[in-house]
Amino acid sequence: MRALELKNLYDDFRDGDTIKAYAKIIAQDAKKLKNPINIMEVCGGHTHTIMKFGLPQLLPNNINFIHGPGCPVCIMPKERIDHAYVLAMQEDVILVTLGDMIKVPGSNGSLQDARAKGADVRFVYSPMECLKIASENPTKTVVFFAIGFETTTPMTAVLVDQVIKQKVPNILFHINHVTVPEVMVELIDSRDEHVDAYNNRIDAFLGPSHVSVIAGSKIYEKFPKDYGRPVVVTGFEPVDMMQGISMIVKQFVEERSELEIQYKRVVNYKGNLTAQALIEKYFEKISLFRWRGLGNVPDSGLKLRDEFSEYNAEIVYKDILPIAEIEDHKLCICGDILRGMAKPQECTIFGTACKPTSPIGSCMVSSEGACSAYYKYGNLI
Amino acid sequence: MCLSIPSKVVKVSDDKMMCTVDTMGVQRDANLMMTEEGDVQVGDYVLLHIGFVMNKIDEEEALASIETYREILEAMNEEERRRAIIDDDNCENR
Repeated sequence: MRALELKNLYDDFRDGDTIKAYAKIIAQDAKKLKNPINIMEVCGGHTHTIMKFGLPQLLPNNINFIHGPGCPVCIMPKERIDHAYVLAMQEDVILVTLGDMIKVPGSNGSLQDARAKGADVRFVYSPMECLKIASENPTKTVVFFAIGFETTTPMTAVLVDQVIKQKVPNILFHINHVTVPEVMVELIDSRDEHVDAYNNRIDAFLGPSHVSVIAGSKIYEKFPKDYGRPVVVTGFEPVDMMQGISMIVKQFVEERSELEIQYKRVVNYKGNLTAQALIEKYFEKISLFRWRGLGNVPDSGLKLRDEFSEYNAEIVYKDILPIAEIEDHKLCICGDILRGMAKPQECTIFGTACKPTSPIGSCMVSSEGACSAYYKYGNLI
Repeated sequence: MCLSIPSKVVKVSDDKMMCTVDTMGVQRDANLMMTEEGDVQVGDYVLLHIGFVMNKIDEEEALASIETYREILEAMNEEERRRAIIDDDNCENR
């Protein structure tokens, strides 16, 4: 067998002929389906690939996508953004976060707006840059506003670890990490009348790529077993996705409900145990995290363990952080989109009042949100 | 947000805490604290996420996938050739 080159990892998984070949295989298999199937791609990275490469146009009519809530920027409720804004406006604070957070609007504006008003807000590529910022600014407090799913949580844990080990006196954490399996349960277990009225049905999941690298495919075991929903953990490239969809269709044709891994080159059952140990050491579950567009999801959020409270910005600054929950815009239908009950173009403000440059709803704020991907690639405007 | 970039390790620091990776011609440093010590070596392919190596890319699995795709394409081309011959044989104008 020939040796692997770096370009194979890009080109061979984006090859047009292979994508078309899988489209044929899927079309043949889909003729044997008794009912149409709705596949939720949980992760925003998948939503982006689906729209960028026009995958729906390559698939038969009886295979439908439901775009999931897997964009940690999109699901951040406004009150959490307001926390970041309030912290950023403190004179002695440098607020540090990842670039994805720049334009997410809270009730007072975005972090970009805070910066325009003179706040010291820094957007970094890696959380580890906080160490340098803190040592260069010893009279200031650096607050790291941490966001992300299982993929990004261990990187925050490494920073916590280093802050403690190096005895860095001026870094605090505002933790907004969320977890994937809990929100998947929420989406298929929604039994309220509103959902039933729309006859929402997620039949299968394309499992997230890099969440699974860290957490392992084991986190999805209950979905095929207890909920009868097949899960195929799938890579982000378009060939990966077509193969993953083909694997799901085959499961339905053969009346199986299993957990499978398409993305075997990086995902296994156990995941990255070093990363999991770091998460376990520094974080614990909180009973509820409010997801923008979806509301409270039990056990879906993380916080610093109590023994590390001195590093918890939410405790240190509790007197100035607002506590009120802020509802989403009345006209926004992101909740319905995330539940698979509506498509972005069915929203009255999509592409008019709500655009990527001035987002109103959660699905428009990041390029991985369903509305933003439809706006950019959907040719719908 | 959860995207990560396949890259090749070109250097590992002496303390094994950092490495330098090449991403299609661009070199940058990456943190190794999320991998087991000594697990990542020069020449390995890795996934990079916000400045960290998340894990190694399994070369055998990657090559196996690529091989599967090649076989599928070959099988399809073969079938198309066969169909073209049958169509040609059945052509009324022959």
